[in-house]
Amino acid sequence: MLTYILQRLLSALLVIFGVVSIVFLLIHMIPGDPVEIMLGESASTADREMLRSALGLDQPVWLQFQQYLAGLLQLDMGNSIHFRRPVSDLLLERLPATGLLAAVTLLITVLLALPLGILAAVRRDSPWDSGAMTFSMLGVSIPNFWLGPILILVFSLWLGWFPVSGRSGFGSVILPALTLSTGLIAVLSRMVRSSMLEVLGEDYIRTAKAKGLPPRRVILQHGLRNAMLPVITLLGLQLGALLAGAVITETVFSWPGVGLLTIESIQSRDYPVVQACVLLISVTYVLVNLLTDLAYAWIDPRIRLGGQQ
Amino acid sequence: MTRWRPVIILPLLVLASWAVLALLSQHLPLQPDRIQLEFILAVPGEGALLGYDDLGRSIGERMIVGARTSFLVSAWVVCLSLLVGTLLGTASAYHGGWWDRVAVLTVDVFLAFPGILLAIALAGLLGPGIDNVVIALTIVGWVGYARLSRAQVLSLKHREHVQAAEALGASKWRIIRKHLLPLMLAPLIVEATFGIAAVVIAEAGLSFLGLGIQPPGASWGAMIRDGSRYMLVAPHMVIVPGVAIFAVVLSVNLLGDRLRDKLDIRMMSEEKGRA
Repeated sequence: MLTYILQRLLSALLVIFGVVSIVFLLIHMIPGDPVEIMLGESASTADREMLRSALGLDQPVWLQFQQYLAGLLQLDMGNSIHFRRPVSDLLLERLPATGLLAAVTLLITVLLALPLGILAAVRRDSPWDSGAMTFSMLGVSIPNFWLGPILILVFSLWLGWFPVSGRSGFGSVILPALTLSTGLIAVLSRMVRSSMLEVLGEDYIRTAKAKGLPPRRVILQHGLRNAMLPVITLLGLQLGALLAGAVITETVFSWPGVGLLTIESIQSRDYPVVQACVLLISVTYVLVNLLTDLAYAWIDPRIRLGGQQ
Repeated sequence: MTRWRPVIILPLLVLASWAVLALLSQHLPLQPDRIQLEFILAVPGEGALLGYDDLGRSIGERMIVGARTSFLVSAWVVCLSLLVGTLLGTASAYHGGWWDRVAVLTVDVFLAFPGILLAIALAGLLGPGIDNVVIALTIVGWVGYARLSRAQVLSLKHREHVQAAEALGASKWRIIRKHLLPLMLAPLIVEATFGIAAVVIAEAGLSFLGLGIQPPGASWGAMIRDGSRYMLVAPHMVIVPGVAIFAVVLSVNLLGDRLRDKLDIRMMSEEKGRA
């Protein structure tokens, strides 16, 4: 087990280093002079030089990278050009909103996708099954930036049940969370269905049925528990889709999270903030996947033993 | 099979009209930028089937130009990603050793950026414009094909026919071209089909965020963004382009599913197992 944990940790560290390198290089991919683009043509030479040295752009690239890494280790991601404040403060301010949105989205996703997938598997080839799979197909095909406005139109403008945008009270999180979860429910319920179908064909399910256990217990205790492993992994991977989707969904609903900050910073050409947002979202994603893998190995001995081979 | 016919024919019709409109749009007498003040926010009706936008431009004509944007971007991105990804994945898996490790790490690093996040950042930094959208989405898109083709080559390269070709002294390039690529084609085609759906959504998403094609150019995503400001008075501005994206993506996904069932060996054996 220890070897497996060390292996996974090491590879996650390598990946994070790669992510940091790419994020660092982003600012160097800007065509032309980044300082001029950020400040505009009307800026004075003194201002330009000040920003250039504040960003370290007047130094050799390898030295810039070294300083960037050293800063990151102390959670120093530079200063926002637009807000004139440390980027880390901005991120800390925006994190709770994205955290809340992600938590409610995950809750809705799990609460709807599990029953939907189980029902489709247990009543295979019934109208329930085809209904669930049709929903799943529609759900993966509908883009967030369209579903969001449509939900606003129906539930905020026509019915007046929820606020149109922003974060005010608990009701305001419902529509963004529904928007974000639709695609996730679609993918997850499909996975639950296929995983359940596989498990329900196993010998131990037949044995449980033959023992005379009530069907509910066979399905939930013997079936679902074993079907959950791949589902948990997928959920970890889906968190990535959720975080990336949050950028668009937060923009649709003006939800004041890290996603909206990313877009606002792109629009105001506040590149240190863009870098920090992309880094934060990606590193969170890598860490969640690392935790999912470790949890998975802890639950299922086949994985850690397979990892040692 | 007969039961499924509409599920194949309808998506095919949708995709065919998308492609035809996109390719013909330049030869049609369209005036997508013509402003008619008397028609501002006019709802669909006799004059124009799909209504007018906030500047009094015909939504129907802008939809056709938008179809061209999304079709061209997806064609370019999928072709470039497929080419780059397959080449890198195949070469690294077939070569093995140090090269392969670097390739795997690179793929892992790119996969660590969730969804189109990296594309959003790249498009934002490179600046708006359709070329930059293609570049940004290709930088993100090649990874899936690289991973898939690498896995394929790893499982194929020890097959007897490959070993026989090696023993006969065939060059690496010849083995990849003649003995590996033909066997990898089916899963790659399926992946590319789903890739089209992903790129259509991604292009529209970037345009929605204001990072894609710039005004007065038309993109379905940008039309949704413009329309969301007038939702109460002119919901058709949001509904029309959204339905188009939804229809294209759904059609691609439906066909992709059918194609996967038909071509994918893993799926076929699963089907046999069920029967």
